[in-house]
Amino acid sequence: MRGLVAVLLAVVTGIFCSYVTFLPKIGDVNTAPNQHVTPTYISRSAEDTGSPNIVTGVIIDYRGFDTMYETTVMFLAGLTTVLVLTSNTVGRRPEKGADEPEGGAIIK
Amino acid sequence: MMKDAFGGIVLSTSFRWLVPFSIVYGVIILCLGEYSPGGGFQAGALLSVGVLLSRIILGWDTTFDVKGTTSVWLAGAGTFLYAFTGWLTLLGGADYFLDYNFFPIHIEPMHEMHAWSIFLIEIGVATCVMMTIINLLEAIVKRSEENVGSN
Repeated sequence: MRGLVAVLLAVVTGIFCSYVTFLPKIGDVNTAPNQHVTPTYISRSAEDTGSPNIVTGVIIDYRGFDTMYETTVMFLAGLTTVLVLTSNTVGRRPEKGADEPEGGAIIK
Repeated sequence: MMKDAFGGIVLSTSFRWLVPFSIVYGVIILCLGEYSPGGGFQAGALLSVGVLLSRIILGWDTTFDVKGTTSVWLAGAGTFLYAFTGWLTLLGGADYFLDYNFFPIHIEPMHEMHAWSIFLIEIGVATCVMMTIINLLEAIVKRSEENVGSN
């Protein structure tokens, strides 16, 4: 049954992939992002953002909201990893008659 | 594992020479992020190298360290500084979050204000990255020490 599902999924994926022909080539000059957004960023980044570095201007100024949640996601991922690593219950065989184990060793 | 000092005289001496340079390089990348490749994320990783090396080489009770839960709340504070800059622009009368034209402290010309806001945000990002890396090291070391103790 699982093999059948896998074969079916593979066939459906193959059909989808073979029908996608309208995507532009990578680096094509005539696509929408390369026609409007990129030239605007390149020509106006320095005077808009005060930063000669276009990458910094885009990620912090034009796309600042995006970068804020990137930072938040990274902070939460680090915090979760710390909680998982320091909890005494994860990855251990529970001992019989043991008391309730403590939570995180760093964060309490 | 890391309670004891790891290095001998060679490692300890080279540590004293390496760490100041890596910290200075991290601060340069943080401050010049607007002008050259680099920025908050890379600066945070470089700044954390000093603390990581001091923990690995000089052992658990080194003085050059971020102790206990300080790194946890500092990571949150870095993330908060980013969001707080966005709120400052809203308080200044902006219609959109993180619209630096309305930063409450007025600096002429306008793009200079943008540059200072970008610097404030990158300090927040660097703090968050640095403290998250230190958190991860602390968690891994604590876990390995617990396992050694139970076996």
